[in-house]
Amino acid sequence: MNELAALSGVSVRYASGGRVHVGLDRVDYAVAAHETAAVIGESGCGKTTLGRTLLLLQTPSEGRVHFAGEDLTALSGAALRRRRRLMQMMFQDPYASLNPRMTIGETLAEPLVVHGMETWRSAQARVAEALAMVGLAAAMQARLPHEFSGGQRQRIAIARAVIGRPRLVVADEPLSALDITLQGQILGLFRRLQESLGLTYVFISHDLPVVGRIASRVAVMLGGCIVEEGPTQEVFSRPAHPYTQALLDAVPIADPAAERLRQAREPSSPAGRPAREARAQGCPFVQRCPHAMAMCADIRPERAEVAPGRTAACWLHRADA
Amino acid sequence: MRPWLGAIGGVLLAMTALLAVAAPLAAPYRPTQINLRARLQPPDWGAPGRPRHLLGTDNVGRDVLSRIIWGARISVSVGAAAAGLGAVIGTTLGLCAGFFGGRTDAVVSWLIEVQLAFPFTLFAIFLLAALGGGFVPVVCVLALATWVNFARVVRSQAMSLRAQDFILAAQAVGVGPVRLLRRHLLPAVLPSVIVVASFSAAQAVLTEAALSFLGVGVDPTIPSWGAMLNLGRDYLSDAWWMATFPGLAIALTVLGANLLGGWLGARLEPRGS
Amino acid sequence: MTAALLDIERLQVRFGQTVAVADASLRVAKGEAVGIVGESGSGKSATVLAAMRLHPPGASVTASRLSLDGHDVRTLPDRRMASLRGGFAAMIFQDPLTALNPLMAVGRQIAEVVAAHRGLRGGQARAAAILLMERVGIGDAAVRAHHFPHQFSGGMRQRVMIAAALAGDPALLIADEPTTALDVTVQADIVRLIRRLRAERDMGLVWVTHDLALMAGIVDRVVVMYAGRVMETAPVDALYAAPRHPYTVALLASLRRDGVQAEASGAPVPPGGCAFAPRCPARMARCDTAPPMLRAGGTEAACWTLAA
Repeated sequence: MNELAALSGVSVRYASGGRVHVGLDRVDYAVAAHETAAVIGESGCGKTTLGRTLLLLQTPSEGRVHFAGEDLTALSGAALRRRRRLMQMMFQDPYASLNPRMTIGETLAEPLVVHGMETWRSAQARVAEALAMVGLAAAMQARLPHEFSGGQRQRIAIARAVIGRPRLVVADEPLSALDITLQGQILGLFRRLQESLGLTYVFISHDLPVVGRIASRVAVMLGGCIVEEGPTQEVFSRPAHPYTQALLDAVPIADPAAERLRQAREPSSPAGRPAREARAQGCPFVQRCPHAMAMCADIRPERAEVAPGRTAACWLHRADA
Repeated sequence: MRPWLGAIGGVLLAMTALLAVAAPLAAPYRPTQINLRARLQPPDWGAPGRPRHLLGTDNVGRDVLSRIIWGARISVSVGAAAAGLGAVIGTTLGLCAGFFGGRTDAVVSWLIEVQLAFPFTLFAIFLLAALGGGFVPVVCVLALATWVNFARVVRSQAMSLRAQDFILAAQAVGVGPVRLLRRHLLPAVLPSVIVVASFSAAQAVLTEAALSFLGVGVDPTIPSWGAMLNLGRDYLSDAWWMATFPGLAIALTVLGANLLGGWLGARLEPRGS
Repeated sequence: MTAALLDIERLQVRFGQTVAVADASLRVAKGEAVGIVGESGSGKSATVLAAMRLHPPGASVTASRLSLDGHDVRTLPDRRMASLRGGFAAMIFQDPLTALNPLMAVGRQIAEVVAAHRGLRGGQARAAAILLMERVGIGDAAVRAHHFPHQFSGGMRQRVMIAAALAGDPALLIADEPTTALDVTVQADIVRLIRRLRAERDMGLVWVTHDLALMAGIVDRVVVMYAGRVMETAPVDALYAAPRHPYTVALLASLRRDGVQAEASGAPVPPGGCAFAPRCPARMARCDTAPPMLRAGGTEAACWTLAA
């Protein structure tokens, strides 16, 4: 596999209020060049932290972060900043991620200027080109972020991410702030840019249907760990981890009869069942898992191959269990 | 904030500045001209033709109006300079402390604590006694008091800004710390800096008044509002005008600075309304 | 025919120059579940807030009819309105953390509603509150009643708000995006809870949402809003099987298909024209005047294509 970016054995711990919170727990993760990978999971599962750590916007407490064969964790601040041209981030809320006091032209030119590719004066043409690429008029350069609609801001955020010709773009919930009729347009834009610029995407999302449409590979996160990883089609059609199954079961269906049936079905983990106590060293899904066994509460299963190209961290799939 | 309030502030400040500049033309008397026969004259708006004192005279017969007009020079320049110098020092330290955190923040926070714990007026008297009075020493000493106002506000704002997406986004495209501070953080804190500057200028005017009273002010030969106010306090029951009019001048200038500052602060926010 | 739980006709809500709701009509019969679906800025929330007289001060509300349980919301005295709210009709919101008082234990907050609408006092009201918490699936309710909102997870907090909403035994529950802030697995729990409660007490429901898929399983009838107007209203099965308004078609297409959408002219309409026309692939000359609600079978849609 032609690996572009990777985490190996990465943990992120924060100290807050006298307690240590675990954002990532010994995570191994890799993205191949030119693929579209997705990281899914519920709020607090660590998916945003994973995305930020991949770009070293979050410093890992332990482990290594590689990009294009280079160990980013060993670089100095200035050397890391030079690499940033090649690895970009898109944030969940495009409005919050744009400096409200800077014109769009300035915001877009900034990456070019700080990386010495253009001067403020000469950047104009590339800014106009980038705006055209995302379907906005060059005349919009002079405007401030609050003068744009939500969909336009998302386009601006995309233009900023790609203007320096990066190789990797990590996009954190790029569609969740958009109305549903706009989502399709933005998805199409992502796809076109990938083809024309040879981009690699990591989409961080909680929206499984959207992930199913765009991502070739998907990683499922829970409690700071990746519990399942593999080709999206296979993972979604035959999930190996009970948590992935639970996520898929919870996706509503845009058909009244089917959706009524789905909603009427009892959850796979009936609330009446005595909950197993979760322990730090046990499986993070043990309390909600319909297949939980005694050992699940005590020993966290390591992620292992369940099929070619697919891994899952569940005792159900361990031959030695 | 309503624009007309800001306009009132602007007019008040402009009038003060104009008086300060045009003092030799605007003042009917020389500010130091003593007239012992006309001591403690009440404000006189009587018939034209004889020498009048529109705002009365003080305990040695100097014209209060003329002294207020000349005093504007000291108050305006000291207030503006002290607030400006304090703003530069305090904003720089506050930005660095809030953005870099860690050791930088510890040092700046310690300086702030020390400054706040110190009996400032005593310290100022001591310093000025050692340095001698004069414009530059007074402004420097006053800036020692005002920078804390800026540093505290800017530091806490920078800390909350640091966690915001647009700062992280700028870092993510590779923006270095210098540009990040100057181009992203500074404009964001500027509205509050301006508001704090208006309060700090007011504070400087008042503190300068106290220093003048204690004899360590800018220049004893030029009247200052503070010195007049303090002098007038002793005659409050006999000659209310001696303290009232300088006090009114201070109050109107400070009000003007605050109104203008508040309006500018609101104007500089880009999100409209 | 008994009085409708909620009856809105030709509602208009304005904030100064901004028109939040241009023209909305909506009727909820006893025990019926109606979904109001639309994108941000469609006026769906403003519509239900005006119906509860909870619109922000300064908003101007006009309507040819605006009634709850047969009472005119516009003229009802404040005290009667307050007893209708929470008594006859209760409301739950997207963000329970802002809708609950952060400084009061949740048990007391629910007990307050019980006291206000059922006339129970002290210990009785507290006992009723604990019972309600149990009914919405909060385990260990007697202990949890003493906890404060921030001590609950998002899903549990939403259950607390539902318990408070049920305290007055409402005939109508108005839910404004109640699951939008929740994770999908938690969302499923809340939907299951609301379905169960509705079945138990024959409660009417207004479900305000942007999520067409989730709504499909919950409601009997759907009202589609766009730019402050009702575009289409239809029984849920008919709407999904045969959407009549081009906007509804576009919504369903973006949900089901891969973002492939028919091209629209983008040209602006003159004032008084159909608001959707600039984005509409089926636009024609007549669209320069806004169409009335036209009927086709059980469906009503504001579109000239139904007149053909």
